[in-house]
Order: sequence, then structure tokens, then C-alpha cells
Amino acid sequence: MADLTIEAAGSALAKGELSATELLESVLTRASLTEADLHSFLTIDHEGAMAAATGSDERLRRGEPRGLLEGIPLAVKDNFCTRHLETTCGSQILAGYLPPYDATAVARLRDAGAVLVGKTNCDEFAMGSSTENSAFGPTRNPWNPERVPGGSSGGSAAAVAVGSVLGAFGSDTGGSIRQPAALCGVVGFKPTYGLISRYGLVAFASSLDQIGPFARTVADAVTLFEAVAGYDPLDATSYQGLVPNVRPTLGEGVSGLRVGIVRELGGEGYDAEVAAATSAMVDKLADEGAKVSEVSLPSFEVALSVYYLIAPAECSANLARFDGVRYGLRVPGETVEEMMARTRAEGFGPEVTRRILLGTYALSAGYYDAFYGKAQKVRSLLIAEMATVFEQADVLVSPTSPTTAFELGAKTQDPLAMYLSDVCTIPANLAGTPAISVPIGLDSGGLPIGFQVMAPALGEKVMFQTAAAVEALADFDARPAMAVSP
Amino acid sequence: MTTVWEPVIGIEVHVELSTQSKMFCGCEVTFGGEANTKVCPTCLGLPGALPVANSVAMDWIVRIGLALQCQVSERSVFHRKNYFYADLPKNYQVSQFDLPVCRNGWLDVTVGDETRRIGIERAHMEEDTGKSLHQGNGGRIHTATSTLLDFNRSGVPLVEIVSRPDLRSATEARAYAQDLRNLVAELGVSDARMEAGSIRFDANVSVRPVGTEALGTKVEIKNMNSFRSLERAIASEIDRQVALLEGGQKVRQETRHWDEGAGATHSMRSKEESSDYRYFAEPDLLPLVFAADQVEALRAGLPELPAERRSRLEGLGVAPHTARALAQAEPELRRTFEEAVALGAPPAAAANWVAGELTAATRRLETPAMVDGRSLFRLIEMTEDGRLSSSAAKEVLVEMLRSGDEAEAVATRLDLIQISDTSALEAAVSEVLDSQLEAVERYRSGEQKVLGFLVGLVMKSTGGKADPKLVNQILRQRLG
Amino acid sequence: MPVDIDIAYVARLARLGLSAEELAFYRDQLGVILEHAAKVQEVDTEGFEATAHPLGIVNQFRPDEIRPSLDRGEVLAAAPATDGVYFVVPPALEG
Repeated sequence: MADLTIEAAGSALAKGELSATELLESVLTRASLTEADLHSFLTIDHEGAMAAATGSDERLRRGEPRGLLEGIPLAVKDNFCTRHLETTCGSQILAGYLPPYDATAVARLRDAGAVLVGKTNCDEFAMGSSTENSAFGPTRNPWNPERVPGGSSGGSAAAVAVGSVLGAFGSDTGGSIRQPAALCGVVGFKPTYGLISRYGLVAFASSLDQIGPFARTVADAVTLFEAVAGYDPLDATSYQGLVPNVRPTLGEGVSGLRVGIVRELGGEGYDAEVAAATSAMVDKLADEGAKVSEVSLPSFEVALSVYYLIAPAECSANLARFDGVRYGLRVPGETVEEMMARTRAEGFGPEVTRRILLGTYALSAGYYDAFYGKAQKVRSLLIAEMATVFEQADVLVSPTSPTTAFELGAKTQDPLAMYLSDVCTIPANLAGTPAISVPIGLDSGGLPIGFQVMAPALGEKVMFQTAAAVEALADFDARPAMAVSP
Repeated sequence: MTTVWEPVIGIEVHVELSTQSKMFCGCEVTFGGEANTKVCPTCLGLPGALPVANSVAMDWIVRIGLALQCQVSERSVFHRKNYFYADLPKNYQVSQFDLPVCRNGWLDVTVGDETRRIGIERAHMEEDTGKSLHQGNGGRIHTATSTLLDFNRSGVPLVEIVSRPDLRSATEARAYAQDLRNLVAELGVSDARMEAGSIRFDANVSVRPVGTEALGTKVEIKNMNSFRSLERAIASEIDRQVALLEGGQKVRQETRHWDEGAGATHSMRSKEESSDYRYFAEPDLLPLVFAADQVEALRAGLPELPAERRSRLEGLGVAPHTARALAQAEPELRRTFEEAVALGAPPAAAANWVAGELTAATRRLETPAMVDGRSLFRLIEMTEDGRLSSSAAKEVLVEMLRSGDEAEAVATRLDLIQISDTSALEAAVSEVLDSQLEAVERYRSGEQKVLGFLVGLVMKSTGGKADPKLVNQILRQRLG
Repeated sequence: MPVDIDIAYVARLARLGLSAEELAFYRDQLGVILEHAAKVQEVDTEGFEATAHPLGIVNQFRPDEIRPSLDRGEVLAAAPATDGVYFVVPPALEG
């Protein structure tokens, strides 16, 4: 049962062939068998999940209206605030923290009848590409526990890959959904900025952060997206217009669609097998009638540089609130200044410290114009370039990650090498545009390869249409060895 | 040759808006109240919380800007101002930087006979901080043993109004502060109570030799809790700077606290690094775009402003000097004037009373109590019909403020009502004339000064309560 | 472009109480990252300003309405130190 898709489970639940409680027990069993190797969860809320599943079964029995995700066991990344359920963001500074409120996305999942199984592991405050920056220990890749699951939402990706939940949510600031989805062989989607409320998502870089789903299929990703998307008066940056209606065109294929291959996302630094698999998929799309052409976005060459100025700058302010005054860790000091400085030095891990320092520097007097100010202008240039390219192409495609899953510890000593894992995913965050990663196969080492489809802002419809075609053409049905039904 | 020094003063004003809810969240705006009960994820800076701007606060800052003759920016942006302080929950304040809502206005300020136009550089929107209570050793910050934090005030909408350094004396600075306070109170956007901290003034003071252009080193003064202390603090700081410069020393750029008890400013710890605020556009809030028709609608809704009021008052026959004073007076005083005139009081007399005795009496008594228009109208009526002498009326007014009673009751209680009943006075006059036949003869033979003697006798016989004008009139009739 | 970083100053601004060794470690790493990031300075951005929101939306406000506040007991329960009414912190060094 833990291997069911959301679609299949939803149908079985609706018909009464399966109860929410049974389904929950099944995924909890899967988690209990895999967690020792994976560590994809920071918190499993047995009691809360059981209550939610029981409630869902009750509603079915009473014939009450069913939510979109009625009885479906899901998880959210540990940077989503969950009322009275520990929320640490993978950081010592928030160990034991119980938020007094639910994030809007969490509230909408509950309203849709979902069963929240727990909180997934992540890089501290979503900063990282391997989930090794979690203060509570790394998550491992379900396909090979010596490898990383990607990050920062590595826990969500791994949990979905093994069936500890049928779907999960993460946050994507520079690729933190798509890159781990690629490395774990699941679907991961980052919507247009503003389509899913950020209220209650602990901010890393506010102008780049977007919530999005992980699922085993494109159709399931659509369902998860539909359950949480839409205007939220609590988030001033959320979009008041209609959420794109993507479902009707999911099966329409790519015939006639203009598919652009991004020249800058390939070449040096890309695994040969990743490049080959990407090309092979492009060929298949062409065979299906897509009009494939190469496009060039010169600003993508500096996207990483732009990102590593803007994201740390915003993070330096967003993380200033962790000061030992109102919640979280406090390390005592003689004065309040000393208390704050000690708390922050001790409470934040090295990557977070590095980014706070980087962002503080980029904003400080005398450097603002050369670094942060300039990066913001280049970002606008990149947005303009993308808008121009999207006049020639309906979607852009590329590998999701230049490599498949790398070994634990391989890049922890070299921040720049780690940052390069996000080179394909960062442009969509800078532009606020939607992008999805779909698994298309395994490399010779048995590690998954992800294929990225990008679309213009609010272009979810054509993006999902293409992604569904990619999924069908890839026919990827391999499962990690860990995910064998007990 | 000794140098003559010219003070250069700019004022920064923080006005707490009296909206129902806070700037970026739905918590109630209250004064006082149980600590930490008006707080939510947003104004406590909890992880994940987001701000959404209060639409009424945005309208109100435009009202303030328009009343100060500012330009309203077509596009304005919120910025984060980054600094660590325990009562600043996010350790950044949502404020504005290079794109404030309002820019380039002015306010005319009159001291004595001189009116000067003081430039307003900007008015911008921001959020207030929480409150720190320093515990131990008498609550003094430098020797406190711990600090208690209350976040009820955190996130209350705050408008900061920054003047240009156009003020040239402590007196002028005080006049500017008072006029600005009254304007804000009149717009109905703030309680503007200095003692409650809902309007707060900081001053930037420097001095330079008269006739020079370059600005001296400026010192920021904080902690002034009344208009009087603002004036004293600035005067004291000017003296301090002049003494330093004349002694061959330099003025250090710093922030100084006004110590009311000591009557002097003292240095706060220098915070040279905290001025690196790392402003950047607040990504959680969208740009503000003010459409021309929206601004014009807000302009049309403005109440009468002091300059317009002054010309209206002069048109009613109020003397120019009085009109100027009344136009700038506290809204409560002006309300009394308008009510009294509406009831039929002569505008010139009512204006004299309000701008003169009533203003003086409220200041002297340091009372927030006010005589309403109806009471003032009755008082004026009693003086006009002769039942109160002008000196008695002043006495009555003070007692009305103290007791809250009406003029009639007060005058009766103090036994100040003049006998202006002709028949009563006729009797008293007859009595005096009957007993003073010789004096009557002398008057009739042309000795005019005897009249004063007779008036005095009538006044004496009535215990001083007769209206002297009336007595005079009756005597002349009877003797003529 | 070699980058000049007063790391102790930056750490003070960020309220991070780091040791001398840590400061040196981060200074070197920041140097490498910033040298890479400095590539943005070579891009011609004539005519471009910062983008506030990718969808170009402006002016989202809330009505001036009171919403319930949190329960004080719950708020204070998350705090490292309180006296039941206030949050308590050590005294301030700066005024």
C-alpha cells in the first residue's frame, strides 16, 4: 500500500477498499523499516497522524464531503510551521520549538483531509544541496546510502522515494525541491513565485523561496499543488489571480510544442551520462512532434553569482530574529549583546554562518552597490532574457542537476563546488518562473537522473503538459531497493 | 572679535497612528494594557510570519504628507533597516529608505512677529518597536540587572517626519514641534500625546559661525518628554556646543540623552557601527503605487489647515495677531471657539478669550480640562450684558476650568455678579442723592468731579457689585 | 577581483560571536565565494533596475481590522526566560 500513488490510494479510499488508518499503518511500517538507514524524518507524529487518519475514516463513514487529499499520508519539510509540532528547520537554534500556528500550506493540507505523518529532514534553514547541513544528521539517498539525497529538501525527496509517505512538500529557493527530486528519482515541482503562500514557511530568501510538492508521478504532483495553491491574504506577495488549470491538458502530449534546449546548461562539469540521458529524452520529444531548438541565455552564466549575493543578503536579515530572546536556543551572556552573539555563534551551523556573513558583507556600507545592488540589476536582466526566449520557446529543458547523487562528504569542504549543484535550477528561482524535475532513468551506478522542464511565469499548464509527456516517454518505474513492500 | 554662533536645528518626529490594528498584522493598537497580550506571530517576529500593510495607515500617511504640503511619491518602497536590539523582534525594522511615501513639504512657523517656512524633507511609514523596561538600580539603563520586554507596541504604525535643518533657535524648534503636533491631532490620525509617547521628538543640533554656510558637527538629542524639555534641551545643547568651540575643542558626532532633572544632555554610548543599517528593499512587501485620483480624494478629505483658517478668522473680524495665534492653537481650544461663535458669540471677542485667557489659563493650570463652547458663550454673554466685569470674568474662567461648573454658578458662588438691574440701582442712587444734598448742589453748580464721589458712594452701598457704567449713567440722568 | 573583507566588523554587524580562528576560516572562504560572485560586476546592466515581484504586482494591503492575538501563556512558553508577564533578557550594554 505504501507503493500506491496518491491517485490510486485516493480512489481505493473513496471506494472503501482501503481505510486511511490502514494506509497510515502501512506507510509507518515502511518508515520504521527504512528510517534507520535514511533519516528522512526529524519528527514522526504518530499520535497526530493516527488522529487525522481516524477522523478521515469517520468522515467517510458518515458520508461527509471528501477533501482533495482525504486520508492521504503526507509529510512537510521541517521549515514549515506546524502548530504545537516541533519545527526546527534542521537547526540547533530551534531545537524543541513548538510554533503556535500552522503555515497556510499546512492548514490547507489539513483542510483537504491529508494525514500529516511528520516533518522531514533538511539542510539547516534550507541552505545546502545535500541535506548534510542538518544539525540533526544527514539524510541518505534511498538508492545508495553512501550517497546524498540532494537538498535542501532531501528528507522529503527520500521519504517519497521509499514510500514512507505518498507525497511531501518542500521549499525551493535555488533548486531545493528539484535537485533532491532528481537525485532521489521522484517528481519535484517549484511553482511560479506567488502561487503558494509562504506564510508559515520559515524564510531563507524571501524573494526566491517557493513551496512545492514531491510525488512519485506528475499527476500526483498536480493534485498536491492544487490542494495548496491560491491567494492567501496573509502573504502580501501571493498572487490574487486564478491558479493555472493544468489538469485538462496533462495528456495532450508535446506535438507542436516549441521546446528550447538551454545552451548554457550543459558542457563542462556535467556527467556524460546525465548529458546523454537528457539528449535522448530531447530526441524522444522531437519524435513525438515537439519543435526542438537550442536557445541561449547568456545571463545564466552569472545566475549562480547573482544567487549567491541575493539569497545570503536576504537570509542575513531573515535569520536575524534568531537571537535567544523570544524562542529557541539561548546561550547566556553578561549583556544582551553578548547573549545574542553567543547564541547565534553556537546555534547556527557553518553553512548558515557563512551565508549570514556573506549576506551581511554584500549589504554593508561601501559594498552594497558593487554586490547586492548590482546582483539585483543582473537579476532583472535575466528575467528580461527569459521573457525574450519564451517568445521563441514554450518550454525550456535541461538536466535538473549536472550530476547524479554524490558521496556524503564529497563537497562539504568546498562550498563553491556544492553551490555548483544548483546551477541548472537557480535561474527559475531568480525569474520566479515554474520548473519541474521528472525522473528519466538511472545511470550506470544505479542512481536516478532528473530532467528539468521550465516555463514562463504562470505557464504551469504547458510545463505540466510537457512533464507528463516526459514521464510517459521515460517510463521510469524503477524503485530503490529499500522500497520493497514488507 | 568674538564669533557669533548660529544654531542649525532639524527635528525628527515619530507619530504613532491610532489605527484599529497594527501596521502589518491584525493585533489591536492599545496604550497600556496587560503586557504581551496584543501580540501575534507577525509582530513577535516568529519564524515564518509575514507582514501585510494596513490600508488605513497608508491613507493616513498620505493625509499627513498632504497637510504638510508634501509631494506624494507615485511609487514608494518599504525597506528593511537592520540592527540588533532586544525590543526589535525581527532585528530589522520595516521602514523606508530612498523611496519614502512623502517628500519635499513645508510648515510655516511663527515666533513673535516672524513667520518662517520650515522645510519637510520626508515623511515615511514604519513600524514601532516593543518596549524595554530596565530592571534594578532605579531603572537606569547603564546599571540595570536585567531587561523586561513587552511587545504590545511592536508593529504599531509609525510615521516619521523629518524636517530640513531650517530651525534657528530652541524657541523656534518648540513652535515647530507644537504646530506639527497640533496638525497631526487635527488630522485625526494619532492621539499625538507627547506624555504617552504617541508623538516623539528627536532633535539634531549643530552650530556654525553666523554668515557661514558649512554645517557644524551635528549631535542628536533624545528623550525629551514635553515641549518645554525640548526647548530646554536644545538651548542647553547649543550652549554646550558653543562653549566647546569657544574653548578650542571639537564637537563630537554622537547621540545625547536629555536629563530633565540635571537640565543637561549627557552622552550615550557611541554606536558608530550600528549606523551601518544595510537597508534593502523588503521582499515580503510589494511596492506602493499611489494613483493621482486616490491622492486627490485624500486631499479633498483634509480638514481646514492653519493657513486657510487664519484668513477665514481675519475675514470674521478677528485681529490678525489673534487670528494667527488661534489658527495654530490646539484643536481642543479651536473647537471651543467655533462652538461659541456658532451659538452667536461675537467672533472677535470669542477669539480674544480663547487665544488669550483660555490658552493662558490651561497652560498655567497644566490641565487637560477644557471649557466648551456653550460655557464660553455664556461667559461672554455675561460680560457683554454687564453682569461680569472683565477682571471678574477672568477669575470666573479659571474657576470654570478647575471645577467644570458653568459661568453663572461660578460667578454666583464667588459673589462676582454685578448689579445691572436698573430698578435696584435706581433705589441705591436715590438713597445716596437724598443723603448728599450738598454734593448734589455742587455738581449742579458745575463741579463735575463730584460725580465720581457720588459713584463711589453708590458702589460702596452695593458692596462693589454695581455695574459702574450703569451707575454713572443713572446718576447723570437724575442730576441732569 | 580580490576582495577586501573586514570579517570581524561583518561578524559584529551580524551579531555572531566567532573566535579568531573561526573568523580567519570564514574570511578565506568568503574571499573565494565573493571572487566568484564578483562576476556580476562584469555584466552590462544599463537600463535595468531591481525587480520587486516577478509578476509585477503592487499594492496588496489588508483592511484595518482587529484579529485575535495569541495567548500570552503560549507565547511565553516558547521563551528561554520570562517572569510570567514579560520576556526577560540580560541588561543592555548599549543605550
